[in-house]
Amino acid sequence: MKMLKVTAAAATALALSLTATACGSGDGDESAPGSGGNKITVGIKFDQPGLGLQTPDGKYTGFDVDVATYVARELGHEPGDIEWKEAKSADRETLLERGDVDFIAATYSINEEREKKVDFAGPYLLAHQDILVRADDNSIKRPEDLNDKKLCSVSGSTSAQNVKTKLAPRAQLQEYGGYSECLTGLENRVIDALTTDDSILAGYASQKEHQGKFKLGGFKLSNENYGIGVQKGSELKERINTALEKMVSDGSWEEYVKKNFGPANYKNEPAPEIGNVVR
Amino acid sequence: MREIVFDFLEGYDLLGAFWVTVQLTVYSAVGSLIWGTLLAAMRASPVPLMRGFGAGYVNVVRNIPLTVIIVFTSLGLFQTLGVSLGADDFKTINFRLAVLGMIAYTSAFVCEALRSGINTVPVGQSEAARAIGLSFPQVLSLIVLPQAFRSVVGPLANVLIALTKNTTVAAAIGVAEAATLMREMIENEAQLILISAIFALGFICLTLPTGLLLGWVSKKVAVRR
Amino acid sequence: MTSVLYDVPGPRAKRRNVLFTVVFLVALAALVWWVVRSLADKKQLEWTKWEPFFTDSRAWTTYILPGLENTLIGAALAMVIALPLGALFGIARLSDHWWVRGVAGTVVEFFRAIPVLILMLFANAAYAEFTDVSPENRPLYAVVTGLVLYNASVLAEVVRAGILSLPAGQTDASKAIGMRKGQMMRYVLLPQSVTAMLPALVSQLVVIVKDTALGGALLGFAELLASVRPMSANYGANTIASFTVVAVIFVLLNFALTTFASWLEGRLRRGKKSTGAVVGADAVAELATPGEHVAPHGRDTPRS
Repeated sequence: MKMLKVTAAAATALALSLTATACGSGDGDESAPGSGGNKITVGIKFDQPGLGLQTPDGKYTGFDVDVATYVARELGHEPGDIEWKEAKSADRETLLERGDVDFIAATYSINEEREKKVDFAGPYLLAHQDILVRADDNSIKRPEDLNDKKLCSVSGSTSAQNVKTKLAPRAQLQEYGGYSECLTGLENRVIDALTTDDSILAGYASQKEHQGKFKLGGFKLSNENYGIGVQKGSELKERINTALEKMVSDGSWEEYVKKNFGPANYKNEPAPEIGNVVR
Repeated sequence: MREIVFDFLEGYDLLGAFWVTVQLTVYSAVGSLIWGTLLAAMRASPVPLMRGFGAGYVNVVRNIPLTVIIVFTSLGLFQTLGVSLGADDFKTINFRLAVLGMIAYTSAFVCEALRSGINTVPVGQSEAARAIGLSFPQVLSLIVLPQAFRSVVGPLANVLIALTKNTTVAAAIGVAEAATLMREMIENEAQLILISAIFALGFICLTLPTGLLLGWVSKKVAVRR
Repeated sequence: MTSVLYDVPGPRAKRRNVLFTVVFLVALAALVWWVVRSLADKKQLEWTKWEPFFTDSRAWTTYILPGLENTLIGAALAMVIALPLGALFGIARLSDHWWVRGVAGTVVEFFRAIPVLILMLFANAAYAEFTDVSPENRPLYAVVTGLVLYNASVLAEVVRAGILSLPAGQTDASKAIGMRKGQMMRYVLLPQSVTAMLPALVSQLVVIVKDTALGGALLGFAELLASVRPMSANYGANTIASFTVVAVIFVLLNFALTTFASWLEGRLRRGKKSTGAVVGADAVAELATPGEHVAPHGRDTPRS
């Protein structure tokens, strides 16, 4: 049943991506959020090192934050005018639908379920589901090796569901409320690998407390196209796309990647083309 | 609306998830009844240190959010102390850890309920028991506790209902019970209100009959004074 | 401290008590030693994991204190709103009209049967759908609403039990001097039962404080427990340390509340004026323990 659903989903996804690339839509909407005032509200993750993290001095750092700041500036908002709002995975569509935020850059992979509810600008990063293991652990060479390993991920996340349904159905999967618990387990050697998007993993591995302790597996277990979510039909989409294109062409994108994921020895994909969603 | 509900029933193992909730509840209930009784006995015992331990235990455990206790069973007990409770796969380990955490937490409330029950047993009962030469364990187990239990069926029923609802917290360490499934469904589907309604209904189905049944039992066995 | 449950210990019993105490202490010490050693083995006691809480004041100002503030605000609001609502429903359940009793009873039973978390989710969705509460405040509103719905129904039971436990003579006497139902409730029954129930109400506050933590997980309410996540993300996944610090704060906070509750109960017991006296928390507990809570305070030995 589940498998059938997945194949069907993949087929529709393919069809959708074809049409999506054919006509980059975006109707003008005068009353769209972001047009009035100089404040802009941006949804990011608050607890994801390397992507969106609230640091002890109350500032925000990470790749998503850098991208969002760049985009906001292109839209005419100085960094000081940005109001950051936490966008937890489960809340993202709702935040956009209700206009709580103007746009969301929070490890937000584009998929067809979400595209029904919100529009995506970008993608601005192509990530893959990958694994993080202890630096001295060389036992996982191929994805198939995962089957007799102990994996960890966040409850209910797509990565966790991926592991259960296709990647390694025989592997043991520990689900926690957050990645930090998984890392503690990895350190404590009761968990062999933490699995989620490689960008997130790279963010953790780049932290100064973790440098040298963990390494990425380098598997491309799925394609996660990070997009910037906007309200359905929002005119922001086109403007953000323009901003993202400029960000790649003037070298800022490269700089942000190096800055945020550099220490993890993360082999990032080249900057994706706007509208080119790799399914 | 009806189609969506049927879709959910087909696509997700709702009954299975609630079955785990029921299992969690039953094991934890039995465990906390036992441990809670022991704690109550400790708090009433002649050994000052045991009284102190009982009081300390109840006051600490009762004041910590359950989520913290459950997470600690996994991070602390399992990961760090290596307690795996005789299981070797995560699914079983987590289930048992969750039960252990629920027992540790709920027993504090069982203990307090029992203590108030002990207070309702007339002084004459234990005085008479001592007069015929019964020792403390005998006084407690033969005379006082049997009467105390009968008077606290009501409060214990409430503890049980709260326990049923509290099992949702086991989701924090990945036990596949109702709340875990709810989170998964919310992540995948758009029907937040409908999903919440389904799970609310599920819990009502579990807790209301328990409450009614035990309410009736409570009236039935209450000691009339 | 004497108890009716056992005799005053003689020499043999005293020796036995000492033996028990020693055995107990040894077992406890062994346990503590094992825990500390295992923690150290797994490098969980490394200074870098705990250091932020002692040397980096920003760990407190950025994460913990704002979280604590939100927890307290949420809990206080929930209590203040739930109390009158609970009183209303509690009284309604004692109404002479069957339909008032029925409606109040159904409402109370319904909200007591559903996990608070689901109530909060409901409230969150409803606020977003039907009101224009600003998104910053919505998690707080949702958390408070969930807590109010649940705790009002719990408090309704507390109030009902409190009123029921007053001597029947109070009702009879007020009827005899010609009071109407409203007067009787306002001037005779409520004042006595409310003072009597204060300790129970304060202990319910402990539950509310703990339950605010539920809002952190799914609604993004930035309360105390939720502060663990950004903290452990910043300080190298020091989950055990972060959870421990937060747990200690919860214990201290709630312990202060329970201590206050037993102090209050003691005061009320001593200062009892009328026949109503104090409806000891245990009388209330009969009906009101929904789950946790309303436990008797201030007595270490039963029937002492």
